Formats: sequence, structure tokens, C-alpha cells
Amino acid sequence: MTRQDKIIREFKQVGTRPPRPDGIDKVTGRAMYGADVTAPGMLWGKVLRSPHAHARILSIDTAAAEALEGVKAVVTGADFTLPEDEFSRDVAVNCMAQDAALYDGHAVAAVAAVSEAVAKAALKLIRVEYEVLPHVIDVDAAMAPGAPVVQPGRAYENVPEGLSENVTSHCEFGHGDLAAGFDKADVIVERSFRTAATHQGYIEPHACLAAMGGDGRADLWCCTQGQFHVREVCAAIMGMESSQLRVTASEIGGGFGGKTTVFVEPVALALSRKAGRPVKIVMKRDEVFRATGPTVHSSIDVRIGMTKDGRITAAEAHLRYSGGAFPCGTVDMGAQAAFAAYDLDAVRTFGWNAMTNRPKEAAYRAPGAPQAIYAVESVVDELCQKLGLDPLEVRILNAARKGTKSAYGPTFDEIGLLATLEAAKAHPHYTAPLGPNQGRGLSCGFWFNFGGNTCVTMNLAFDGTVTITEGNPDIGGSRASISLMAAEELGIPYDKVRTIVADTASIGHNDITDGSRVTFAVGLATIEAARDAIARMCARVAKIWGIEPDAVEWKDGAVHPAGPNAGKFPPMSLAEIAETSPNTGGPIAGHHEVNADGAGVSFGVHLVDVEVDPETGATKVLRYTVFQDAGKAVHPDYVEGQMQGGAVQGIGWALNEEYIYGEDGRLQNPGFLDYRVPVASDLPDIETVILEIPNPGHPYGVRGVGETPIVPPLAAIANAVSRAAGVRLTELPMSPPRILKALSAQG
Amino acid sequence: MVKVLLWGSLRSATGGQAEVEVEASTFKELLDRLSEDYPGLKPQIERGVSLALDGVIYREAWFTPIGPDNEVVLMPYMTGG
Repeated sequence: MTRQDKIIREFKQVGTRPPRPDGIDKVTGRAMYGADVTAPGMLWGKVLRSPHAHARILSIDTAAAEALEGVKAVVTGADFTLPEDEFSRDVAVNCMAQDAALYDGHAVAAVAAVSEAVAKAALKLIRVEYEVLPHVIDVDAAMAPGAPVVQPGRAYENVPEGLSENVTSHCEFGHGDLAAGFDKADVIVERSFRTAATHQGYIEPHACLAAMGGDGRADLWCCTQGQFHVREVCAAIMGMESSQLRVTASEIGGGFGGKTTVFVEPVALALSRKAGRPVKIVMKRDEVFRATGPTVHSSIDVRIGMTKDGRITAAEAHLRYSGGAFPCGTVDMGAQAAFAAYDLDAVRTFGWNAMTNRPKEAAYRAPGAPQAIYAVESVVDELCQKLGLDPLEVRILNAARKGTKSAYGPTFDEIGLLATLEAAKAHPHYTAPLGPNQGRGLSCGFWFNFGGNTCVTMNLAFDGTVTITEGNPDIGGSRASISLMAAEELGIPYDKVRTIVADTASIGHNDITDGSRVTFAVGLATIEAARDAIARMCARVAKIWGIEPDAVEWKDGAVHPAGPNAGKFPPMSLAEIAETSPNTGGPIAGHHEVNADGAGVSFGVHLVDVEVDPETGATKVLRYTVFQDAGKAVHPDYVEGQMQGGAVQGIGWALNEEYIYGEDGRLQNPGFLDYRVPVASDLPDIETVILEIPNPGHPYGVRGVGETPIVPPLAAIANAVSRAAGVRLTELPMSPPRILKALSAQG
Repeated sequence: MVKVLLWGSLRSATGGQAEVEVEASTFKELLDRLSEDYPGLKPQIERGVSLALDGVIYREAWFTPIGPDNEVVLMPYMTGG
């Protein structure tokens, strides 16, 4: 079972804030990112992309490009053998179109040449004959009867008959008698909401270097959140055995879920195979926007009934998500998360995914939850306004707690929602005075979290220092956290431990860095690997002392004799044991391999003050406080960083960020000038309050923290803006034109 | 026998039942038995499901023991960012 027998609560090193191990490399430029790797004889790869939102590819003539001096290989969809399984096949088709271009920016061909300039020139020589097809960009339009069909025959068996062929999946969750619940309500509010697709906005574009030899073995260096996943998907697409492809993850300049899949990696491998030389591909920013994963965009209806004293009697939501031109399961998670913060007798959510001519969705922190919870929390706030109730008290009154049957089915065990709400209530932010045109909003947030497949190896050097080898790219400070947990367990100083992220040939499989899993799951495996190494050290020392292994114990970084009959021996430290290890049986290591469960769900509450300029519609964020149950915060700086980062990304999502399409179905803002992410001058200090309610599924009580912080900001800011502007905003982003429009409609 | 709560859109495969009973003592046995007893569930089980056991979510662990006193909820396979 996943519940730990004993959760350690007293720590010497966990919970401290040592300097980040990657800090100096990153500020001095020594860190190696995806685009920094080179190889002798390397070629440059470039990708030709569709200028059409939807078009049949009638022919591709590559002869002129191939004839250009310096061009070493050209590939099209014909160079890829599609895998049999649906998941990998969709990834492959997204990397290189087959018979149709499904969105503006879809790859249709690629070139490898001796320089970027030659590769670019060669792209212009490729002749693609398209038959332009009708396109559909909006999810509601895509679900309407008679909408242009993005891909036929992709609906799952759970889709009711009679819907557009674009509808690929349907889900439903909940319990109780909705009609009876609504009958008990004094007030019912029903609203429709829309959220734009947003990009994860990582600073580092996708980049890779592929080198495939004539023997069919290959090496791939890339920026990714999961080198093992890259290996498996690329091996499937390339028809290789996984062990013949070694993938090395670079440092990563942001991922946020967007680097949990592949885009250019199979293309670089195919070019390298054809050219017989290493091929490097680095995406330009416009390619990142046009062809890599944004979030779903959504259209959501919410209906909630409430008594005049604030008890929710019934709640339902209809969620329509589009994950772009391919089937997408993100709506399942939105539909489960929507009402997770509430203890409800009658609740139902219905979800649909519909294909549109947009890029294939990629995960973005807590995929699907921010949109759903934005809509739900907006309606809860409006009910509080209508009934003259305190929005925080209403949330406390209705909060899910231990024993609550969640809206998605399971009964909650220990959860931290009430504690975060009480912390928000007690915080001075909640009662601070507001000025004219200012409003305060709050929202709860929720994410499931999970653990997953994890391998860790711990090696002791003869000088008594320790290396932890793990397999998850460090996207949020995990190397520091893992080193801290190893140092804690071993009882040695933090600076005697170095954690490295290994390639796919150097350690067993590790799942992607996603699901807020790494500090939880890799930390758990690290602690167990340390315990394994400790057992081996104890056995070695028992041998040296000539006593039984159970007559020794590990304490404060050393083996001690234990019990009255063990004899008197001076303790042997880890360093002394390591130094003598060649004489006592050879190098000492510890291992642990696990598919970790017991991650424990996560809740947070965000509180925000804004000021809306009624003349321009511009919103200024004045104050922002994040409250979150982190379980044990291993390295509080990084926990706070996750909380602050989620809030900042959410501020961008709420106020400015959106994919804007023209009538022609082409993306109009594929760059950071026109796709506006928040910059430092847009932001106040983001205050953080960490609650440490131990997770019973982890030996130190650790809980994942990376995704929950992106969930509440959309609603918290929408509620603040709506209160400041005096009108309920129902569409994201709440850009100045949209706010002005709402103000003028109000009169 | 183990009682398994299904999510709403799976009920079309179980004749409208929100909760079904199967003979199973592990996660794997439960999935096998559900596929056998309710063939309409098989496509979803093959695409991937998670299992919540007394509120704790498991994604793949076949040998997770399940008893008649456990609360067992079938959920879509979790992914994250």
C-alpha cells in the first residue's frame, strides 16, 4: 500500500534553502541548453510548414531542393512509417503531415544542409501542391452540424450519435439528484464562459541534435521534460528498438508541460538517417507558436444553485474543449477537476472534445483544470455578490474535506483545502482596504498529482561523496531537492551530494517530468536508494567488527554498534566506510525502482487585488497572495518559485495571452511582441504562504506542488476584475478592449 | 466481490449502472473482469484508466490489492504537465 508506515517530521536539512546547484552555470552561460550541442560534420535542419489552415497535399516536389549545392537530405511524410498505436501515430503525423495539412504551421517537409542559409534556401525550392479545404477554428463551430471535418472517423465509442464528426470524446462525472438540488436553491446563476488557447511560453525554443549511424544506432540530444518518453516515441516512429536510441536531455529553459512530447526530434532523426550525418534543428519563435502545443481553448456553461445562507445545493457544468487537430483527453481532467473544491450532494459535469484546425494541444501545468475552475469559481463569486455573502466564508462553508465524496468519484482522505482557506482568511491581505476602481478576487484550485515510474541510483565515491543518478530533467529545482533528501537520509552535508540527470542508456526508465511528480516520486526513490545503501554499509561494518548485521545501526551519518551484546566500537562514518569499501567488497551503491503511487491531491487558494482603468480598460495587479498545501516543503525557495510562477503565468492567461486567428485560419500573433506574456514591470511581489500538511504517501510527507498554482489565477483575477469594473467578465483574456466593451455594454 | 464506481459516460456500457460488482482481488484482475463482463468498457480500458482506491489514485499498479471494504472508483488515465 502507498500509505507510509512512518512519516518523518523532524529534519536537519530538508526545509533549508541551500544555493541552487545549477545557478552558477545558468548565469555564466556554461549550462548546455538544447541548441548548444554540436557534432563534427553536423548539418542544419529546417522545416517547411503549411501556410494553410486545412489543405489536402496533392504532391510535393523536392527535386530542385535536393539539387541545391549543400543540401544533403530532404524528407516528407513519405519518409515516415506510421506506428500502429494511435497515440504514437498522432504524434508522428503532427511532426510531419501525411496526406493533409491540418493547421497553419503543420510541417510538410524538411531539409538538412551544410548551413542554415542553404537549408532555408532549399525550403523555398520545395513545391507543394495543395487543395485548400474549408477550415474550422472555434470549438463551438466545430461541434455544429455541417462543420468542416478536420479528420474523419476519429470519434471514440463514447460519443453519442448525431454529433459533428469533429467530436472525438465525451465524458460525464458526478452524483446526486440535480433537479432536486436546484429546487432547494434560493438563487441560481447560469453563465457561459470562453477561454482562449494560450502557449506555455517557455523561453527556450525546441532544439535537438540527432546522429544516426549506418548501423542503425542513434543518439539524440534535446530539450525535453522526458528523455525516456522521447526515446520511446521516436523509436516507434523510426521503427527502431528503444535500446538503440540513446536520448540525452539538455538543461531546459522552461517546459511547463509543453515539452512532454516531440516535434522536431523524429524529423532530425529521419534527416540524419538519410544524410548519414548529424542534424541539428532549432525552432524559431514563430514555429514554436504555430506548431507546438498551446492549451485547449474552451467554451463552458456553468449552473450553480445556492441557498441564501451560502450552501451550494446543486452544480453542473458543460465543458467543450478543443485540443487542436487531433483527439485530446484534456476535457476529462477539466470535467473531474471543475467542482473538486466543493462538498456537494448534487453535481454533474459533461465534457466534449472537438477537433479544430489548430496545432495539437500539449499539456500545460494541470491540463484542463484552470479553464473549468475559472468558470465554476466565477459563478460562485457571482452568487456571493447576489446574496451579499463573503466569498471566503462561502468557500469554507462548502469546502471539500476528509470524508467528502468528490465530484469526480473518490472520497477524499486528508486534504489541505480548509487549512488554505483558513490561512487566507487570517492573512492581512484579505481585510486590507481597497480604493476606487479596485476589486479583490479569490479562487480555490485543485490538481490530482501523480507519481509514476522512477529509478534512482546512489553511488558512493571512495572519498565519501555521493552521486545521485536520476532520469528526470530538472524543471523546477529537483536536483537541489533530491540532494537535500539524500543528505538528510544519509546524515551527511548537502554539499557532499551531487544529483545528475542521466541519459536513457545510463539508468532505467523514468516517466516524464510532469504531474508534479518528481520531488514526490524521485524523492521517494532517493530515500529508498539511500536506505538500500545504508543497509549495505551496515553489513560491511558488521563484517569489519565481526558481529551480526542486526547488531549495528545507522545514526547521524555513521554505523554504530547497537544493543548490549554488540561490543564497543567507535562509530564508522560514511566517509570511512566508503574509503575502505575496496577492501570490504567493492564499491557501494543503493538503488530503488518503483512505480510510485500515493502522490495525494493538492489544493491552493489565490487572493488578488486589481485596479481597472475605466478609460482604457487596462488592469493593474496590485497585490497577490498564494496559499498552498505543499506537504513538506523540501526546499522552500523552489516551492515558493512554483507558487509565484503559476500565479504569474495565470496573470498572463487571464489578462492578455491568446492565440488570435484570422479569417483565413492563420495564426496572427506568433511572437512575443504580439502574444503578450507578463513582464516584471506588470507584476507586484507575489506573496506566498506555504502550508505543510504531511502527505501520508511519502516518507517525508512531500506533496507535488508544480501544477496547482496555475489553476486559481484565472478565476481569482476574473473575480477581482469583475468586482472592480462592476460587470461580470466571462471571456479570457480580459484584455483592455474586452473590458472596455463590457463596460460600454453595461452603460 | 468488489463494488466499482464508474464515471458517467461509461454507464452506457453497463446497462446504465453507475456501480458494478466484480470478482477481483487486484487492480489487474479488476480490469480483466470488467473487460470480460462489460465488453463495452474494453476500448476505454485499453486507452488507459486510473483507479482510485480509498481516495488514492493508482495509474498502473496491477498487483495493488483490492478488498470488498475498499472504495474503488474507475477514473480516466491521468496525465499532467
